[in-house]
Amino acid sequence: MNKRAQFDKVSLAFDTPKGRLNVVEDVTYDINDGDFIAVIGPSGCGKTTMMSMLAGFQKPTTGKVLFDGRPVAGPGPERGVIFQEYGVFPWLTVKQNIAFGLTLNANHVTTAERDAICDHYLGLMGLSDFANSYPKHLSGGMRQRLAIARAYAVKPQFLLMDEPFGALDAQTRSNMQNLLLKVLETEGKTVMLITHSVEEAIYLASRIVVVTARPARIKKIIDVPFAYPRDESIQERPEFAELRSHIRQLVMDEYRAQQAQMRPVSFSE
Amino acid sequence: MNGAGLRRFGLGLLPWIGAILLWYAVRWSGFVNVSLIPAPHQVAAKSFELLTKEGLLIDIFVSTRRVFLGVALGILAAVPVGFLLGWYRPARTFADPMINFFRALPPIALIPLVIVYFGVDELAKLVILFYASFFSGVIVMYEGVSQITPLYIRVAQTLGANQAEIFRKVIIPLTVPHILTALRVALGVAWATLVASELIAAQRGLGAMIQNASTYFLLDVIYVGIICIGLIALIMDLILRKITARLLVWQDRAIV
Repeated sequence: MNKRAQFDKVSLAFDTPKGRLNVVEDVTYDINDGDFIAVIGPSGCGKTTMMSMLAGFQKPTTGKVLFDGRPVAGPGPERGVIFQEYGVFPWLTVKQNIAFGLTLNANHVTTAERDAICDHYLGLMGLSDFANSYPKHLSGGMRQRLAIARAYAVKPQFLLMDEPFGALDAQTRSNMQNLLLKVLETEGKTVMLITHSVEEAIYLASRIVVVTARPARIKKIIDVPFAYPRDESIQERPEFAELRSHIRQLVMDEYRAQQAQMRPVSFSE
Repeated sequence: MNGAGLRRFGLGLLPWIGAILLWYAVRWSGFVNVSLIPAPHQVAAKSFELLTKEGLLIDIFVSTRRVFLGVALGILAAVPVGFLLGWYRPARTFADPMINFFRALPPIALIPLVIVYFGVDELAKLVILFYASFFSGVIVMYEGVSQITPLYIRVAQTLGANQAEIFRKVIIPLTVPHILTALRVALGVAWATLVASELIAAQRGLGAMIQNASTYFLLDVIYVGIICIGLIALIMDLILRKITARLLVWQDRAIV
């Protein structure tokens, strides 16, 4: 299978006033074409930093992050990013937001093509009625759908999602997950999803990378045994429950390890 | 005008009626010498006289033009400078103490020097108003620009934007609100400085009118001048607010 992204002995550290802080340590794994990878671990463990290196916002201290065999030099339209804070442009209407990437030199299209792409994603994301509204009139779920539509419009081969549904209520969150599965089915993309929800990871991903408390190392890589297309019924299957308790155990162990790490710090301050 | 609009208009009118009543009340209370407070109707009559016989409109025009030019030039300079200071940290470290030094100086204190270097012509007044607008505008700009979140720039980068596109399509729209705020602040400061700038041997202008009136103890003329300055400032602010509302429809404001 074709390797899309590779982490090769990747480490990242910061120098802080209190000394060197290792955020990511010796991480090696490949993301193949068509994979849906979920990275899960306790919050603050450095999983977002992993994604950030592949997105091109941060460079590894040692090791290599490769995309299509070449080291990542910076952000680019072939790697779409969905941020936790949505990042929809408040000064543009919904349609202008979707069209934003298409107006750039990097992804030049004709006006007719641009309109067609916008209409397609407006429909797909259920935003047609709001095409000319400003984001201030949208709910959280709609803003995130808009962010996804905008990222998709420039046709990235790879989608990086940083806890994209973290700020949404449970109902909206599960709607968004189903929508994402539906869209992936028709558009077939490679995805790296950062999450702290075990259910979300199992429900969406084909492979789950469990990372340790900081510094983030790979604790275990687990293949999810459910075939796509998936629907919510798989969440009732005994295999789902088994996998969930297994991963939960792994994550909880790391969470406790992190708490143990943090305790002396909080006492000393 | 609909019912709600009428009520809002009435609500806005109420404090003015209150102020006029208070004015009469102070006059009639006997606590203050009546000759020191011209009555509102006397001031109204005087302003009509000044309008028709003394060319009050010319004074208004001259003053408005000075403020307008001073603010326009001041903000034109403040926008790029404030932007540089807000955007590039080294520039801030470099220029911040200097800016704050000059900002703290009241423009009035500079008048003697301005007379020495720029004479007593139109240019001198423009220099004072430019000074006042520039330093009040530059602070607003750089505080605003330094608060722009990097998130939108990152989003644009992941969509494939180059540096020029990020500037044109992300930074400029995010800067517009701060330019408008800088304009409003500068307008306020410039009107406040106007009288001072017209102290420099001005022939015409509202500040000059007030100055001349004070020499002859014409209190009613002083009142007319003060009210004119306030009214024009209010009208300019209203116009600017309308423009702001139009340009910034996208902004999520608590109070519209």
